[in-house]
Amino acid sequence: MLRYGVLALSLALPAAAPAPAADPERGAALFSECSGCHMVGDGARHRVGPHLNGVFGRRAAGLDGYTYSKDMIRAGADGLEWTPETLDAYIANPRALVTRTRMSYRGMKDPAERADLLAFLRGYSASPRDIPEAPPTAEPTLPAALAGVAGDRDYGEYLASECVTCHQADGSDAGIPSIVGWPEEDFKAALHGYRAKLRANQAMQLIAATLGDEEIASLATFFATHAQQPAAP
Amino acid sequence: MQTRRSFLGATAAGAAALAAPAAIGQARPRLVVIGGGAGGATMARYVARDAGGAVDVVLIEPTRTYYTCFFSNLYLGGFRDYDSLGHGYGGLATGGVNVVHDTAAGVDRDARTVRLASGPDIAYDALAVAPGIDFRWDSLPGYGVEHQNAMPHAWKGGSQTQLLKAQLEAMRPGGVFVMIAPPNPYRCPPGPYERVSMAAHLLTQINPTAKIIVLDTKKSFSKQALFSEGWAQHYPGMVDWLPPSITEGVQRIDVAAMTVETGFDSFKADVANVIPAQKAGRIAEAAGLTDDSGFCPIVPATMQSALDENVHVLGDAAIAGDMPKSGFSANSQAKAAAMAVRARLTGSRVFPPRYSNTCWSLIATDDGVKVGARYEATGEKIASVDSFISQTGEDAALRKQTYEESLGWYAGITADMFG
Repeated sequence: MLRYGVLALSLALPAAAPAPAADPERGAALFSECSGCHMVGDGARHRVGPHLNGVFGRRAAGLDGYTYSKDMIRAGADGLEWTPETLDAYIANPRALVTRTRMSYRGMKDPAERADLLAFLRGYSASPRDIPEAPPTAEPTLPAALAGVAGDRDYGEYLASECVTCHQADGSDAGIPSIVGWPEEDFKAALHGYRAKLRANQAMQLIAATLGDEEIASLATFFATHAQQPAAP
Repeated sequence: MQTRRSFLGATAAGAAALAAPAAIGQARPRLVVIGGGAGGATMARYVARDAGGAVDVVLIEPTRTYYTCFFSNLYLGGFRDYDSLGHGYGGLATGGVNVVHDTAAGVDRDARTVRLASGPDIAYDALAVAPGIDFRWDSLPGYGVEHQNAMPHAWKGGSQTQLLKAQLEAMRPGGVFVMIAPPNPYRCPPGPYERVSMAAHLLTQINPTAKIIVLDTKKSFSKQALFSEGWAQHYPGMVDWLPPSITEGVQRIDVAAMTVETGFDSFKADVANVIPAQKAGRIAEAAGLTDDSGFCPIVPATMQSALDENVHVLGDAAIAGDMPKSGFSANSQAKAAAMAVRARLTGSRVFPPRYSNTCWSLIATDDGVKVGARYEATGEKIASVDSFISQTGEDAALRKQTYEESLGWYAGITADMFG
């Protein structure tokens, strides 16, 4: 992996104000946060989490012999592929991309650290030279604006009527995931993931494209409180 | 055509007893909904639920069990049983809707009353008209309402669907199934082609030498690339789709001889599915809500009739701009209309309406595709702002997931309609 770090560094040198290059050696150290569950490199096999060899360019839930969560399988079938962008988003906040992922990791918040970790991991994928770096505009975590927006429950109730055409209001999970009773932050993160087109489902990308921050916050407020109410008579 | 004036004259006395509309703010205002399908049932349920008893909601629907037209093709293909398509109105009644199993025979928009076929008039402060489609029985020479058993249309849910399935199952080995696909605009744009897929699925198992011929009045159709790919892949050699450039159109149907004459050739059918041209359900026309197209112009933001602010028109009967005629669309429109009518009757808050549609189609086992769009109400019409469609060559996992998504949607929308 070291060689890619050198390459990146040498490419960065001529720039007038170089962005800090991703450092795979620092990434290797950061991987200790992951190595309790994931293996990578020669002889890597599935443990609590799947092995991470060749993860770049792979479809989510794409390995045989590992039991993925239902949500990860859905995400993969929808078309989620592990790219620098989607991996960056996933490492930043796993649930923003795959709501009920089995990866119980709260997320790596520092973009520079994530870049280092990804630089380390890309050394274990084929032709890493062809894998573009994550664009600096990648916005995997909730924008501050969205995190701070207060929801309007009445508005959320009307907006939610669009959701329950497909997502069953009683929380059933057949064919289409349940969305009732989610924590507000998960709800916001998920819709933001669709709006940013990091999550793959076409129908949801379409819905989220026209949801502003206020709409997302209102929906999150409504659904978070909805499940706590007694079912309509 | 009966005019509402003549109706008023005939019923003025009878109307007086029940008919005086409640003045808003003084007594509980009444919403009457005609038609208990995806538009009407949803609207009745949402207004009754969200108004919390502040609005008296009456739903007029003749059938006691509603069989959805959407997913009826899956029954044809053997993927659903018939009973799974049926839904009762008990959930709506429990939810506070006064469900009247009767037929709306007329509407007097000046007196604001609906006359029931059984006699009485019901007064309304607001009316929602959601009757679905009726057929233009004069659109195919030789074919009329008296022929719908010999050649079912099966374009309204229920007994017609059962009949067509029985005829397909009983077809002689190597027989020919002819479908006449309808001209635009019609209910469920991908529906005829999903039906072809489901018939092909059924016949491949029980009658593999059978043929399917589609005589179309259109040059192209919804999800055409996806269906064409699927037919070639799953049912090679079974399906022939013939556009008007080949057939020069259907000229005449001879029901007794089971033949369809086109400008090009005569087609002999063993089973024929004739889907005529369509218009808004009869009551919409009787109420004077239709224009020359046979459908009802509406106000895009609220689904109010362009001709009467006291009336909303929902679903297939409405001219909903770029929105297709589908159960999903009707359900979406009903929520915007419910919000608008509740605001008008009770002063509740109004938010910008959101309109969307997704249509799933099943091509073969675990091979589902979808098309969807979002819409915005402009001053002129409900306009499409963004859309997506499944792609040809998608992998099997995605197609299977798309099919499973449609099952989730069916469960979701029917719960949303009927409670």
